[in-house]
Amino acid sequence: MSERRIGVYVCQCGGNISDYVDVEQVVGAVANDPGVVVARTAMFTCSDATQQEIEADIREQQLDGLVVASCSPKLHTFTFREAARRAGLNPYEYTQVNIREQCSWTHTDDRTGATRKAMQLVRAGIARTRLTEPLEPTAVQTTPSALVIGGGVAGMRAAIGLADLGLGVFLVEREARLCGHTGELGELFPNAGTGSGLVARLLEQIRERPQIAVFTSAEVTAKSGTYGNYRAVIRAGEESIHAEIGQIIVATGFDSYEPAAGEYGYGIQGVLTLPEFRRMLDSREDLIVGGRKPESIAYVYCVGSRCEEHPYCSRFCCSAAVHASLLASDRVAGVRQYHLYRDMRTYGRNELMLSESRERGSLYLKFADGDPPEVTHDGQRLSVTVRDQLTGGDELTIPADLVVLVTGMVPQANDRLVKTLKLPVGGDGFFNEIHPKLRPVETVVDGVLIAGACQGPKTVAESVTSGLAAVSQTAAVLKRGVAELDPQIATVHASACSGCGACVEACPFGAISMIARDGGEVAQIDRAGCKGCGACAPVCGEDAIDLLGYTDGQVRAMIDALIQIPPTHPHLP
Amino acid sequence: MPRVLVFSTNAISDPGIDLAGSSHMHYSPDVVVVSLPCTRAIKPSWIVYALERGFDGVFIASDGDECGYLSDCSERSARIVSRTQALLSEHGIDGHRLKLAAICSVCAAPYTKHVREFTQALAELEG
Repeated sequence: MSERRIGVYVCQCGGNISDYVDVEQVVGAVANDPGVVVARTAMFTCSDATQQEIEADIREQQLDGLVVASCSPKLHTFTFREAARRAGLNPYEYTQVNIREQCSWTHTDDRTGATRKAMQLVRAGIARTRLTEPLEPTAVQTTPSALVIGGGVAGMRAAIGLADLGLGVFLVEREARLCGHTGELGELFPNAGTGSGLVARLLEQIRERPQIAVFTSAEVTAKSGTYGNYRAVIRAGEESIHAEIGQIIVATGFDSYEPAAGEYGYGIQGVLTLPEFRRMLDSREDLIVGGRKPESIAYVYCVGSRCEEHPYCSRFCCSAAVHASLLASDRVAGVRQYHLYRDMRTYGRNELMLSESRERGSLYLKFADGDPPEVTHDGQRLSVTVRDQLTGGDELTIPADLVVLVTGMVPQANDRLVKTLKLPVGGDGFFNEIHPKLRPVETVVDGVLIAGACQGPKTVAESVTSGLAAVSQTAAVLKRGVAELDPQIATVHASACSGCGACVEACPFGAISMIARDGGEVAQIDRAGCKGCGACAPVCGEDAIDLLGYTDGQVRAMIDALIQIPPTHPHLP
Repeated sequence: MPRVLVFSTNAISDPGIDLAGSSHMHYSPDVVVVSLPCTRAIKPSWIVYALERGFDGVFIASDGDECGYLSDCSERSARIVSRTQALLSEHGIDGHRLKLAAICSVCAAPYTKHVREFTQALAELEG
């Protein structure tokens, strides 16, 4: 290999590094390493001035490799990749060495040790850089249409948003009509209007947009292709539709928790879940139970929530139950209502509904965790027994004409879709985003986004918000028309490949296939499908796979550099 | 002090190790880190190579359940460790020189504890 020309810059970080590491000694130790033509320290390597100096060195010294030893790669990898690019050096010929978080800051008690370690780390960075090669991101044209799976409120709103941005939409719903849970609801909180009215408006808007193709009683049964260009098979009855799409939004919603027979008296006449109670309220103007208006209603909160099976809080249900009780008091003047709760979580403005329900006479009784109320029927009448924490744990028995079990949301059984799209399922059974704060609708599966309550319990407003977030993330990729993929991916040395296929098995993304070559088979990596995880490399018995940027040669060279005792170490003779 | 090579992962355990530094938690400067995209990318032969070249121990700071690539990363990483243990045995290297623990992106204190204990255990191995 021809001699490399590498520039090495060791950052003082204004004392963050240089107070604990002798940076001049580090530069002295590596300045004569093979391939190093520039080695110097800088007060702040990330400053504009130093970046310009680095760029000037790259041009004037014709550097073909760059090492910056400063802070964590999380902070400035892209800074220096860009500096390299501006000076005409391929960004992947650059190595970031972490001598702050993983050296100076963690060895503030040992300057000699920290300096020695910094020398080893910088030498390892140089050793790696000697073996870098220029890499180019793969640019792929994207398909300007999206697949939305789930025709509830989140999916419908997302489909409309995508269409308005000029993208084609395939909207697929498993049930016979677009509706979701919302469409079955009457009056909603916080600002009235009905769920059915809301969905009717969305349906109207979908009808007005011919670029939205709707498939009901349909399922997505296959997905293939690569980032920005997927093919999905939509199965609708006997028909199979092949859809060309750039991104996928999954908005499959939730199921309501279904209590077991006998759980809080479920199965006894007059014991209903919250959704069943809502259907009763929404289906007629008055409220009749057993041929007469109910005199009292008891609500048992947290049924199927915050327990071993479902440890999370569905959080919409406190507000939904309080709202339902307001609707009930509208229907039956003077009805007595008892709310048996563990903790009331009527967050935000929903708290105003709680205040209103109290003003209207609702009574709130708090039971302890692990001491839930008991629902019984003595042949005559339903009653609920509870020990109220707010009145010293006194046992109270409340006669009730109706007992409403306030049930939360549980994940839907979507095993086939999970398998088809390789969706990431969390410990609670809902789909997982990459980052709950910063990347809340993206998943680790490129091109697959999640929206609505398939991700976890959400209100209608929150579902629509996440649906629109998924729209913006979809448009961010598809409206550009081109996507760039990280070039640090796996590569096969075909001459060493035995064609055993172990890598095909190991790849979680289906990015490796076997192709015919010289009468046998060898592995081939799909550049757009490979995510660069490296899972294929260790399973290769012939060492025929390398992960670019982390090749076998580079890692071994780094190990060699790290184990050497630096020659200028002060303790050496 | 025993010399330890740590394999971390770019997105998960490396930020945890960074946080130990940002929090000024101390451990031996003879602990050095090589970061990879995912624990599953570690070749068993690299671990053997490091130990034969002079490292006293190799610590795998694995993705655990936080892995952004795959939900069964822990099981797959465990398989890499099993294969490595067999290789170490073939090379006559004490299996105690290899340790794996899941280090999350904020696991600064657990990481520090793990590498301190590992360093200590390796020192005892030397007698």
